[in-house]
Amino acid sequence: MTDMANPVPARAGRPQTTVIDAARLKKRYRAEARFRWYGIAAIGFACGFLVLLLSDILLKGLPAFEANTVTLDVMLDDSKIDADAISKGNFNSIVNNAIRAQFPGVTSRSDRRALPKLLSFDAVDKVRREVIANPSLIGTTRSFDLKLSDEADLFLLGMSTDEFDIPVTGSVSIEQIEDGFRLTSSGNDFAGVLARVKQRLETRRDRLSLDASKLERVRDRLAAEMPVAEAAVAEAGPEATDTHPAKRRLAKLQADTSSVAAALARLKAQTDELSDSINNPTRAETLTSALPSYFVRLPEKGVVKIAGIGSDYITGQAYMPVAATGAVAAGNWSLVEYSQPEADRRINDREIIWLTSLRDAGMVKSGFNWPFFQRGDSREAEVAGVLGGMVGSALTLLVTLLLSLPIGVAAAIYLEEFAPRNRLTQLIEVNINNLAAVPSIVFGLLGLAVFLNFFGLPRSSAMVGGMVLALMTLPTIIIASRAALRAVPPSIREGALGVGASHQQAVFHHVLPLAMPGILTGTIIGMAQALGETAPLLMIGMVAFIVDVPGGFSDAATVLPVQIFLWSDLPEAAFQAKTAGAIMVLLGFLFLMNAVAVVLRKQFERRW
Amino acid sequence: MDAAVVETDTHHKAIMTPAEPLIMQQRAPKIVTENVTVHYAEKQAIFPLDISIPDRAVSAFIGPSGCGKSTFLRCMNRMNDTIPICRVGGRITIDGSDIYDPDLDVVQLRARVGMVFQKPNPFPKSIMENVAYGPRIHGLAQSRTDLEEIVVKSLKRAGLFEEVKDRLDAPGTGLSGGQQQRLCIARAIAVNPDVILMDEPCSALDPIATARIEELIDELRENYCIVIVTHSMQQAARVSQLTAFFHLGTLVEVGDTEAIFTNPQERRTQDYIMGRFG
Repeated sequence: MTDMANPVPARAGRPQTTVIDAARLKKRYRAEARFRWYGIAAIGFACGFLVLLLSDILLKGLPAFEANTVTLDVMLDDSKIDADAISKGNFNSIVNNAIRAQFPGVTSRSDRRALPKLLSFDAVDKVRREVIANPSLIGTTRSFDLKLSDEADLFLLGMSTDEFDIPVTGSVSIEQIEDGFRLTSSGNDFAGVLARVKQRLETRRDRLSLDASKLERVRDRLAAEMPVAEAAVAEAGPEATDTHPAKRRLAKLQADTSSVAAALARLKAQTDELSDSINNPTRAETLTSALPSYFVRLPEKGVVKIAGIGSDYITGQAYMPVAATGAVAAGNWSLVEYSQPEADRRINDREIIWLTSLRDAGMVKSGFNWPFFQRGDSREAEVAGVLGGMVGSALTLLVTLLLSLPIGVAAAIYLEEFAPRNRLTQLIEVNINNLAAVPSIVFGLLGLAVFLNFFGLPRSSAMVGGMVLALMTLPTIIIASRAALRAVPPSIREGALGVGASHQQAVFHHVLPLAMPGILTGTIIGMAQALGETAPLLMIGMVAFIVDVPGGFSDAATVLPVQIFLWSDLPEAAFQAKTAGAIMVLLGFLFLMNAVAVVLRKQFERRW
Repeated sequence: MDAAVVETDTHHKAIMTPAEPLIMQQRAPKIVTENVTVHYAEKQAIFPLDISIPDRAVSAFIGPSGCGKSTFLRCMNRMNDTIPICRVGGRITIDGSDIYDPDLDVVQLRARVGMVFQKPNPFPKSIMENVAYGPRIHGLAQSRTDLEEIVVKSLKRAGLFEEVKDRLDAPGTGLSGGQQQRLCIARAIAVNPDVILMDEPCSALDPIATARIEELIDELRENYCIVIVTHSMQQAARVSQLTAFFHLGTLVEVGDTEAIFTNPQERRTQDYIMGRFG
């Protein structure tokens, strides 16, 4: 013991204390602090992106959970419904009349046809369903909550356009003119609107002059090429025909130059016109559909859309009938701007006015969008729901779990506890690890070739989807289960063997229960992976447009991630909200599964 | 090492000290081994080894680390079967029957030959469940009360009952190290074994817990054939009646404990006991 190795030579009979020099020590502390900061930065970075992602999805998806209905009195005219064949009744006309009845002032043929489009097609179905359920309603008038169309919904949720109230101070006098109305304000209220319009025109002019400067560069380049082309033609000599390359090139250059010049002239005229407007703040303007829409709201629901505007007057058409001409005092009229130009949105000015008049009359109700959770897919955004995807996912995952958990755990126990260690088992082990890395779409192809084409199982069904996902999940479960079994201390196994338990008893009574939390964790990870999987399911036809909620394992079904994929492809703005909404539902499912995993793990751990 | 170079495959007869150990005259031999060899893959761990182990006595295996005493101990309940690369040769009989007979059920054997390990390894279950597990899988109890009786009896014999009688449902892993080891002994004797193998049972315990276990071993020898592997010469001297000294895979010397510690015949035994190597 006395001759123990000591790096510091003994001096005066006592080993000298080791002293680490201060600079070295400082460096070490710095390195530690630096590493801590790297860690914090990495976590901050990750959290930042997570928050960004979640808030984006939340912002986009929340409108999917809200829906608007309009309460209408529907006259169930018995001349349109035959009590013996209710389902064949002319409910379209009944519902159309109900909404038209709200707008007696709408008389033009095209407007009368446009009015029912505010409602979802589901409105007609709903009335029909209720009448079928209760035939005694025929001949009576009853009020129904009817779903609005997706565009109407989006407008009411404020997603189509911003809505501004422009404050007014003076009174307005209305006078009827040849093709509409002319309104004059005593308080200079229209000047502000005119200024806003001019501002818009200015941004448009700036954009146009930018285009013009780009075109000028093109023109200059063409001009620079011209002498070269001309020289080439001169070189070719007068005997060259018109098809000579040099001549053809020159002709093309000339044509291009003239078309660019024409475009420039057009742009110039436009910018000049705009500049004229802008430089002359009091010049009257005409409001086109490329500019925001402005409305004057008058007493008794009268609405005038501004078509032309001067510094102290506006002209325009009545979008809702104007009750009377003459003066209207301040406070009894208002100015509204919808800043998204009519040309850039899917809901037009007339529909906006109808909707706002319904809203102002208190007939529109907004509530939780239950049908989102009660229906399957649809081509109409307002009635498309995630129930089909949820049920499909649940059925698919059930099949996956029932197949992959027992097979995976059995395989893991055999490989880890009973299999002899030889080349064959090594080969199997390597291949299981390889399988875990195989791209999931390959499993889809396998499912297509084997389950569908060879065994002839039903296409698009949850059963086949579950089988394919089980193949994909198996390696994950096997690897996780083997790791969990290996982590059980050998002393437990020996203890069991020592009191005379057979190998199998030792495994099933002692090792497996201890490995269970790890096995469950692996299983849930595998299931969560399967829940979010899209690619292999595309291969076996689960990407089809399926309206019905699947009722069994062999019914055509789709799953949540595929539903998200399908919706994300659709152009309607309402489906973008649905996509984000469905992502939220999927994330909810994942959180739920993880919570279940945590609870199960705690449960199994607490037993001892 | 010095003169004690062991030639492979040669059969060294162990030296008996004295030539006819007293304990072997007083007791019937329980375990008899002939020409036992153990290989781990290509490496030979035990060279042909003969020993007789008396019934109702404590036999201690001593020797430096890696001398094969634990390996040899694990042959006696065929625990080495769980190591795929381990091969056991020769013949081991308990009460005259060959334990490596292919017809013999290894589970039956391990029920007769209990084992206590170096590190206490209670199952992560209640104290009750720990002791009841063996009797339950062997069907030793007809009813719940029978089982409880066995558990209480075993705990009493292991000297643990008084300490845990109020908390039989508490987890076995919550006990102290010494208590855990006594629980493991209770677990081993609950299945009524003939032989108890102990692989350094006190090496993870403090002196007080060690003293309790030694006391317990002394009491148990009335009824069991106990074989204990130990690194502590004092322990071997205190608890055992027969001592066997192992070195480099061979049994060097075996005899009455008193004779081995006072008058060893072999130079290597002497050196080891005196602490000159190991």
